[in-house]
Amino acid sequence: MSPETLSVIDLHVSVEGKPILKGVNLTIRRGEIHALMGPNGSGKTTLGLAIMGHPRYEITRGRIELDGEDITQLEPHERARRGLFMAFQRPVAIPGVRLADFLRHAVSNVRNPARKEGEELIPMREFRKELKEKMDLLRMDAEFARRYVNDGFSGGEMKRAEILQMAMLRPKFAILDETDSGLDVDAVRLASQSIAEIGGRQMGLLIITHHERLLEHNPPDVTHVLLGGRIVETGGPELAERLHREGYDQLRQKYPEAAAEEAALAGQGKQ
Amino acid sequence: MAEKVDVIGEINKYDFRVDERYVFKAQKGLNRDIVAEISAMKNEPQWMRDFRLKALEIFESKPMPTWGGNIDIDFQDIYYYIKPTERPGHSWEELPEEIKKTFDRLGIPEAEKRFLAGVKAQYESEVVYGSLREDLAKRGVIFVDMDTAVREYPDLVRQYFSTVIPPTDNKFAALNSAVWSGGSFIYVPPGVNVEFPLQAYFRINAAQMGQFERTLIIVDEGASCHYVEGCTAPMYSSESLHAAVVEVIAKRGARVRYTTIQNWANNIYNLVTKRAVAYADALVEWVDGNLGSRLTMKYPAVYMLEPGARAEILSVAFASRGQHQDAGAKVIHAAPHTSSRIVSKSISKSGGRSSYRGLVKIERGAKKSKSNVVCDALILDPQSRSDTYPYIELEEQDVMIGHEASVSKIGEEQLFYLCSRGLTEAEASTMIVAGFIEPLVKELPMEYAVEMNRLIALQMEGSVG
Repeated sequence: MSPETLSVIDLHVSVEGKPILKGVNLTIRRGEIHALMGPNGSGKTTLGLAIMGHPRYEITRGRIELDGEDITQLEPHERARRGLFMAFQRPVAIPGVRLADFLRHAVSNVRNPARKEGEELIPMREFRKELKEKMDLLRMDAEFARRYVNDGFSGGEMKRAEILQMAMLRPKFAILDETDSGLDVDAVRLASQSIAEIGGRQMGLLIITHHERLLEHNPPDVTHVLLGGRIVETGGPELAERLHREGYDQLRQKYPEAAAEEAALAGQGKQ
Repeated sequence: MAEKVDVIGEINKYDFRVDERYVFKAQKGLNRDIVAEISAMKNEPQWMRDFRLKALEIFESKPMPTWGGNIDIDFQDIYYYIKPTERPGHSWEELPEEIKKTFDRLGIPEAEKRFLAGVKAQYESEVVYGSLREDLAKRGVIFVDMDTAVREYPDLVRQYFSTVIPPTDNKFAALNSAVWSGGSFIYVPPGVNVEFPLQAYFRINAAQMGQFERTLIIVDEGASCHYVEGCTAPMYSSESLHAAVVEVIAKRGARVRYTTIQNWANNIYNLVTKRAVAYADALVEWVDGNLGSRLTMKYPAVYMLEPGARAEILSVAFASRGQHQDAGAKVIHAAPHTSSRIVSKSISKSGGRSSYRGLVKIERGAKKSKSNVVCDALILDPQSRSDTYPYIELEEQDVMIGHEASVSKIGEEQLFYLCSRGLTEAEASTMIVAGFIEPLVKELPMEYAVEMNRLIALQMEGSVG
């Protein structure tokens, strides 16, 4: 594969022995925005977490390549240091750990991938200055960085904290998992605008969303539709618009096999 | 590999020993002659000599505690008294070279210059160095070693000594009463606020040594002070014993904070009795960080004797391989409108065991009293263990009592989250643990907070993979 790409090749992923993804193929070039759509339970978050290397998401077949390097076996921190990022839908709280302290470690590692524990962090002054710039850009109060990571954050605060991290880490490729969920209309607009402002355009973005507004400032070059663990359709921005208008029922009729797998998976989930 | 080398260097910071060049080293073992000899060496008044001998009888008559941890001590195989120098020095230069070097390596003179109001440094049985800022001395603050206090402030000492913790309290308080040596004596006159911390540092150097310091702090009406103690010892193959007694008296409206950060070697028995009495509207705070030791049994206590008295006890225990931290707190509400808060955090790793043992007692008549206890345990691997023994005794109904306990493991989701931002698993675990004890660390002066986080990071080394 050529450089400056994130590729997912014939990816099969199981969670606790249950197959969720059944052969996903996807290539994002740096500078492109891809929207990943699909009904609940179709495997969108699974794809994101598998790309990021979550230990509970077992890759049973296929591979993930970053700039031509196979990263399927790499630890999550190694992927992050190679320039991958995921903004989580429901980021977990880390009580007692201040956002600024955590981010300083994260930035130090990602910018110096060979860094070992205990080695020098990025200089405090330089870090603070940059953090302040990014927080100003995202219209965040400076006090916010002193709070404990995601601890007692509102839905909107969590999402903005994720975008702030993305802004500071400047990844090559970022996966945004429903960065619009749980936000009101204005907050979604702000998030959408923020992603564009922090240079989302220079990255490769995979935006998982149900919401047109998140794409408003980040119009997708490519839209994928995931159904029953497979990408059933890929198109341009017009595909995203059509799905927003029509929903997924027509697609289910068009791809009965994938729809049947979706139903089977949903059934499994309920057991 | 660069960081490995660093870590070895860090451990050596505490685990070093120097040659023994003592002025006097008593024979091993414990009997009336040894106790009398200690008293004679110190030129003590008769009342103190009698007190010691009586305490020895009490010690001998008391059985070993049957709860807590396993104590396997041969009391006849311990040196009870080692005198390192003739008298305490008032400048570091006066000290023998190896002792001066010891405290240099521990960073005490440097800290004294930067942010302390006074320092006591104890080496084996005796305080070898003491200082107090002149302005505080002029305002009547007394900060001397306990032996000096017995000689120079006999009335104050006799009035308060062992009134909070009598020798009959427990076996190890009796032992301390019999053979005590060193420790700090502090008196803060009414209305005087000692802004900067007063620090004591306790260092054991000899093997099979028993360190029995005795600290008495009296903070008079409306006065305040913050006392900090640090403790370390090098690693020997045989056990050493640290059995201190700490008595604190907080008069009406006084505020006292007592902070301990101990990082004992893994073969020290650390069996300490710490207790404060708080009079009307006084506030007593114990901030207690327990790392290292083979067994620690320590339950800082506050007796709230008059209305409006308050107690805050924050403790963190870290139990690693071969270590048992049996720590907790005791609050006695003996007057109405008293309030207490206990926050206990424990971390167990590599087969270590930590226990929270706490007592909340509300005596009859202590109406409208409030107590809140939170104890959280973090267990880092399946070999490690955590227990909670909360005791609540209520003799009064018109009170508010809260108790929460939680046991958690480091969550896979938390680790993944931090790792997805470029942190290694080890770095992520250390960060989660540091966050877990943040409620204690944020109460420490900055220098100690840095030290505490560094100690935790050291303990966390090699915990993953």
